[in-house]
Amino acid sequence: MKALCWHGTEDVRVDTVPDPTILNDRDAIIQITRTAICGSDLHLYDGYIPTMQAGDVLGHEFMGVVVETGKGVSTLKKGDRVVVPFTIACGSCRHCNRTEFSLCDNSNPNAAIQEAGYGYSGSGLFGYSHMMGGYAGGQAEYARVPYADVGPFKVPDSLTDDQVLFLTDIFPTGYMAAENCGIKEGDVVAVWGCGPVGLFAQISAKMMGARVIAIDRFQERLDMAQQFAGSEVLNYEEVAVLDVLREMTAGRGPDHVIEAVGMEAHGLGFVNAYDKVKQTLRLETDRAYALRQAIQACGKGGTVSIPGVYGGAIDKFNLGAAFGKGLTFKMGQTHVHRYLPRLLQHIEDGDLDPSFIITHRAPLTDAPALYKTFRDKQEGCIKVVLDPMA
Amino acid sequence: MTMTPTESAAAGVPHFTEVPPPPSVNVGQTERAMSTVAGGLLAAYGLSRRSLPGLALAGLGGALLTRGTTGHCPAYNAAGISTADAPAPVEIVQSMSVTASRGDVYAFWRKLENLPRFMEHLRTVEAVTETRSRWTARGLGPLPDVSWEAEIVEDVPGERIVWQSLPGADVDNAGHVRFEDGPGGLTEIHARISYRPPVGPLGVAVAGLLDPVLGSSVRQDIARFKHIIEAGEVPRADPNVRGTS
Repeated sequence: MKALCWHGTEDVRVDTVPDPTILNDRDAIIQITRTAICGSDLHLYDGYIPTMQAGDVLGHEFMGVVVETGKGVSTLKKGDRVVVPFTIACGSCRHCNRTEFSLCDNSNPNAAIQEAGYGYSGSGLFGYSHMMGGYAGGQAEYARVPYADVGPFKVPDSLTDDQVLFLTDIFPTGYMAAENCGIKEGDVVAVWGCGPVGLFAQISAKMMGARVIAIDRFQERLDMAQQFAGSEVLNYEEVAVLDVLREMTAGRGPDHVIEAVGMEAHGLGFVNAYDKVKQTLRLETDRAYALRQAIQACGKGGTVSIPGVYGGAIDKFNLGAAFGKGLTFKMGQTHVHRYLPRLLQHIEDGDLDPSFIITHRAPLTDAPALYKTFRDKQEGCIKVVLDPMA
Repeated sequence: MTMTPTESAAAGVPHFTEVPPPPSVNVGQTERAMSTVAGGLLAAYGLSRRSLPGLALAGLGGALLTRGTTGHCPAYNAAGISTADAPAPVEIVQSMSVTASRGDVYAFWRKLENLPRFMEHLRTVEAVTETRSRWTARGLGPLPDVSWEAEIVEDVPGERIVWQSLPGADVDNAGHVRFEDGPGGLTEIHARISYRPPVGPLGVAVAGLLDPVLGSSVRQDIARFKHIIEAGEVPRADPNVRGTS
């Protein structure tokens, strides 16, 4: 089959690779009808996620049709149309029982690698390094899905692929980021980043009753935040974000902040240059400009919610500000299985149509060029959707 | 993790059996086995490094392999050492919590034929009688399989199983596994597995080298046990589905 493979920093190629097969009784094979490039795939593209190996198949946002099931799978049959959570979960361990699916004890075959780095291992993820399990991803014609009796969710024929595809990651990820804030009616939530996760976090925070202020530097992204999430917007290259946020909240500051940027944040001034140099020299793995600013901007007693991906260590971490203001931190990979059914219901009810974020549609073979377009934010690129059957 | 002999004695680990070495041999049987295993590991690791220090390691590994397979150590010979006395065992202690009842966890473990499903180095375990069993482990690399008989010396249903290898074992080993109720319906598994290490300065070095290797291998074994009990299968990624362009 055709699959998008990582071969090194800024080197991804569409290769012909062996078709996946059933390896365990609870597996299913999905023929992929739609797959997307995630902002977090750009961390792989830029070489910031360790334990990648040349040839790894990328992609963790994908959906399709069941073509084969293992003998332990009775909940799915050939022909079922499904979306697949990017986090792989067994459904029966202590953390799955607590609906903390992205912390599954059983789904990462390489848990020992992650234990060495983090102390304990989270769940396996599709197409996201060997530390996360070494599973082949879904930017391909087919994918093997483990624990298929727990993971894939059937979707109704009344909804198109483009409408339900983002249930695999970015919509639940934005939603969980908002939920992690514990929003009360009228709370002000400031969101750093108007990429797909930032936009879904804004929409979700709005649904939970918040007033939302969005921060980015790209006009097309700020326009989207205004148009689709009803957010007030700030361009951090044009205004002093902290001062403006203070004024907009009559001196209180935002009740909660969401950092939807992650480890390759862009910023301004000396500390940003410091981060870039240190990250380039690998003296610091994660560049945390947006996170530091969000902590600084957050009002007293607030929540710092982090859906942006971090992998290693940051420094110049303003823990004193967080301590001094009594902040709460919430973060982590998304418990997709927990949120997917209720968000699917929202889409079915017509509350929103997530396909609004798609800016680029292309066949899988165009993926290498589109990684670069997306990374460089050229052509107003916000979300790339790929069709492996085209 | 290595326990001191005092701790292990307190925890009731059985003593190792003594097997006198044949007269022409100056390296004890267990130490031979350890030399063979450690030598194989070192040689494989050293060769895989493709470097000068790697070659040196591989050389040391080769010497250990020879020592293990022949039972003769030129260094010991020169120093007038023969090792037949009983050293303190290397103890590996690992714990894990699983979402399953204590009774089910015990029952799965007590059916010794199940052990190779999660203990990767084991090929088979056959029950010979109710308490006696025959174990076969994969030889490392090109080395042949090793096997031994073991006896369950203590068996408290739902609580613990204690075993030790019988005289004549290729690998002198013992262990026990204890099951306790954890919070929220969890069962806590506490496993302790012991191998008798070689003696002498070289033996100390080898034991130090093997300890983390064995520790992580026992940890992986128990993790696999948890995967099987909780999820019914061991997670696997497909190493073949990858690009080669």
